[in-house]
Amino acid sequence: MKEKNDYKQAKRYGMVIDLDKCTGCGACMVGCYSENNVPFKADETNKLDSINWIRIFKITNDKPYPETETCYIPMPCMQCDGVGKHGHPPCVSVCPAVATDYDYDTGIISQIYTRCFGCRYCMAACPYHARKFNWWDPVWPADMEKYLNPKVSPRMRGVVEKCSFCFHRYQQARDKAYLEKREELAENEYQTACAEACPTGAITFGDLNNKNHAVYKLKNSPKAFRLLERLNTNPKVYYLTSKKWVRRAGDNYLTHEEPGKIKNNMKEHH
Amino acid sequence: MSSTDQNQTVSPKAEPEAAPDPIHHGPETNDSPPAKSSGWAVFLFFMIGFAGSLLSGWILFPELLYSKKSQPIDFNHALHLDEVSDGCESCHYFRDDGSFSGMPDLGSCIDCHEEAQSDDPEEIKFVDEYVTPGIEVPWLNHSKQPDCVFFSHSAHVMGADMSCESCHGDIGTSEHTRVYEENKLTGYSRDIWGHSISRLGKPEAGTPRPMKMNDCAKCHEEETGHKGACFQCHK
Repeated sequence: MKEKNDYKQAKRYGMVIDLDKCTGCGACMVGCYSENNVPFKADETNKLDSINWIRIFKITNDKPYPETETCYIPMPCMQCDGVGKHGHPPCVSVCPAVATDYDYDTGIISQIYTRCFGCRYCMAACPYHARKFNWWDPVWPADMEKYLNPKVSPRMRGVVEKCSFCFHRYQQARDKAYLEKREELAENEYQTACAEACPTGAITFGDLNNKNHAVYKLKNSPKAFRLLERLNTNPKVYYLTSKKWVRRAGDNYLTHEEPGKIKNNMKEHH
Repeated sequence: MSSTDQNQTVSPKAEPEAAPDPIHHGPETNDSPPAKSSGWAVFLFFMIGFAGSLLSGWILFPELLYSKKSQPIDFNHALHLDEVSDGCESCHYFRDDGSFSGMPDLGSCIDCHEEAQSDDPEEIKFVDEYVTPGIEVPWLNHSKQPDCVFFSHSAHVMGADMSCESCHGDIGTSEHTRVYEENKLTGYSRDIWGHSISRLGKPEAGTPRPMKMNDCAKCHEEETGHKGACFQCHK
């Protein structure tokens, strides 16, 4: 093959979600459900059974009426790079079946349903609850099977599934690039379903290593933070907020600790 | 200390052997030559059974495992390849979005075959049974992969400059369709496993390559230096 993998120019696809813009409407979730053949349940209030690849969490500042504030946090799989960004996120490290791996070309963590045997170690290891277990075979309403996305394989009972950053869309974009004899993808060629569905433009998606992509600039914004940053999982999903209390909710800060001003004790390389 | 204890305990047992009683042990010494020959008989019997099970596994089992089917129409690739201008891509083309059309649908065939162009019984059958009523031909796909497999023709043909023949064999010059051997357990074509049941050695030139995951991984390792990430071929 002509193309050799050059890790120096590897991509790190990531997401920046502006929490100031997110209204919690749930369009990203709906877009994700239909794009990725995520089975929905008759009773979605049963959170032990419901499956979603991106879930919106609601947090409040716990203050009485005039000062009450609400914030919605959409949480897809964080696609962690792991400690030292070596490609060993918590879930990949614990999988006994190599059913999930880190793609060094894109930084996206796969989940191979036919390989997974459902031990759920990865779910226990994931600090973000990004992984969901199929307790039942998926059931879609009559005739809805015809609307399933043929580019995403449906999952069966007994396996774990999670957000893939719509990897099939990456594959499609690559197919087109191959046909046109291009090496690089344009920013708009590969976008996740949730980023496209968001009506307020809160979700930005792109290559974190590419200076020309919007996410590159956004992730370096002073408003940017990541969830549970001090665990050193190195998530590729960044959040933007202008509110201090939201920023504080991103990790377990002690009362005297100030977010963003804490020195990280863990080394980047080990 | 312990060694002497062992010697003491062992020695009484060893005693009869050291000094065999000719009367009592006579029959046993007489039996020992037939015991040796029965050992050979057991070995021979085992080898016959072993060879038999290998032969039945490699010759008889495939006969039972695969059922033979024929394509709905006996398609002549060679004839069509002479007629079209653009080689394989005349019918098996890439769409503009990079996806591969695969087997042509009826719409592509109708361009030429709205009416039978010859008195070939296969063409007349094709027109009468499929074109006129507008029914898609249920071709049997020798290369069909499971739902969880992502395969990019674009990456292999355009990206890696591979020819169609390197995976599909010289199907393009065939005058008749091959017998479709369907694995009764999995429902997939025998081409996926490969025609050698032991999967030893390379397939003959001109025959399709086996297409199991290990075959993909092997070629990827040879050509790119590593097997690639899971998502490269899975979806």
